[in-house]
Amino acid sequence: MSGAPSVTDASFASDVLSSSKPVLVDFWAEWCGPCRAVGPILDQILAEHGDKLDIVKLNVDENPQTAMTYGITSIPAMKVFQNGEVVKTVIGAKPRPALEADLAAFIG
Amino acid sequence: MRQLIIIGSGPAGFTAAIYAARANMSPVVFASSVEAGGELMNTTEVENFPGFPEGVMGPELMMKMEEQAAKFGAEIIRDDVTSVELSGPVKKVTLGSGETHEASAIIFATGSAYRKLGIPDEDRLSGYGVSWCATCDGFFFREKVIAVVGGGDSAMEEATFLTKFASKVYVIHRKDSLRASKIMQERAMANPKIEFLWNSAVTAISGESALTGVTLTDTVTGAVRDLALDGLFIAIGNDPRTHLVHGQLDLTESGTIAVDGRSSRTSTSGVFAAGDVIDPSYRQAITAAASGTVAALDAEHYLASLSVPSK
Repeated sequence: MSGAPSVTDASFASDVLSSSKPVLVDFWAEWCGPCRAVGPILDQILAEHGDKLDIVKLNVDENPQTAMTYGITSIPAMKVFQNGEVVKTVIGAKPRPALEADLAAFIG
Repeated sequence: MRQLIIIGSGPAGFTAAIYAARANMSPVVFASSVEAGGELMNTTEVENFPGFPEGVMGPELMMKMEEQAAKFGAEIIRDDVTSVELSGPVKKVTLGSGETHEASAIIFATGSAYRKLGIPDEDRLSGYGVSWCATCDGFFFREKVIAVVGGGDSAMEEATFLTKFASKVYVIHRKDSLRASKIMQERAMANPKIEFLWNSAVTAISGESALTGVTLTDTVTGAVRDLALDGLFIAIGNDPRTHLVHGQLDLTESGTIAVDGRSSRTSTSGVFAAGDVIDPSYRQAITAAASGTVAALDAEHYLASLSVPSK
């Protein structure tokens, strides 16, 4: 199973804000245990629903500018962007059924 | 059908798995999808687990326990248990995936969950300045003014850890003395960035889109004052995680699963419990691990009694 690709401060505008498809950005860091736990679940959701929702990862340690722009103070933080705007925010690691319920508007 | 199911993957669950696997009980561990490893996964250095004079990182300790359980043949499944049926000789467990598993014996090592302050706006501002995980979120509070609520070892560890990032860390505590161990207290009190606010209860949280401060009420005088903050870390303890067994197992007045004396035997035969979920007092990695051992030995004894033909 291929994992969600990474985006950076430099690629954020083109990869996320300009996307015609909704994009979930997973703000994460290596030192965050819950982030490492939820990563594989997001990969599974991408594998199943990738036709409707793109999922990308942004390492906040390496890309502090974007994390600051979106006021991230708690990770994992998962934000869905549509037409350049944040349309949904999920904070904290959750089991797959709970995450899918939160994202039902995009993957249903 | 299996011999033994273990629910939980902290020190109690994995230690039970090590003992059970070595006793050829072929246990399966339901380790949770996002909380595998338990509470120690969100801590930094563990200095009081015997055998590690240099200390060991909480996540590393848990990975080693898991590795040790797997080495002896425990099967480890990263999924969440959504329901259990405990009455009768066959115990049934349903997972988030919808799969069901059956076993003759079951060990609950489901640990505890963070206790909330229970005040308005706590949930709304969670993730927007209110945090439950210092190791995850400390990074976002560089040169900020923050507070830790609580007076135990976890609160002291978090406060000390957060001074790596924050310019100022208040410790807000309801009493005028701490429950934390002396070494943790002394370390926090010696830290010039930490200031203790004694006899203070957080009675309100303010902020529109993000936390801006809290209201403190003096627990002795009743005086009320506001404190401006960029972040609030809550470490006021944990409550035993028993929702799976409500109505099926007896609980104690403290809300833990009731067990018989020093054993792990619950009110239902073939059902055992270990770790923080039965412990209202000590709640240490090492006491949880010991408790997991007790549960594995009790389960082994129970399974052996099943195979003895009745007269």
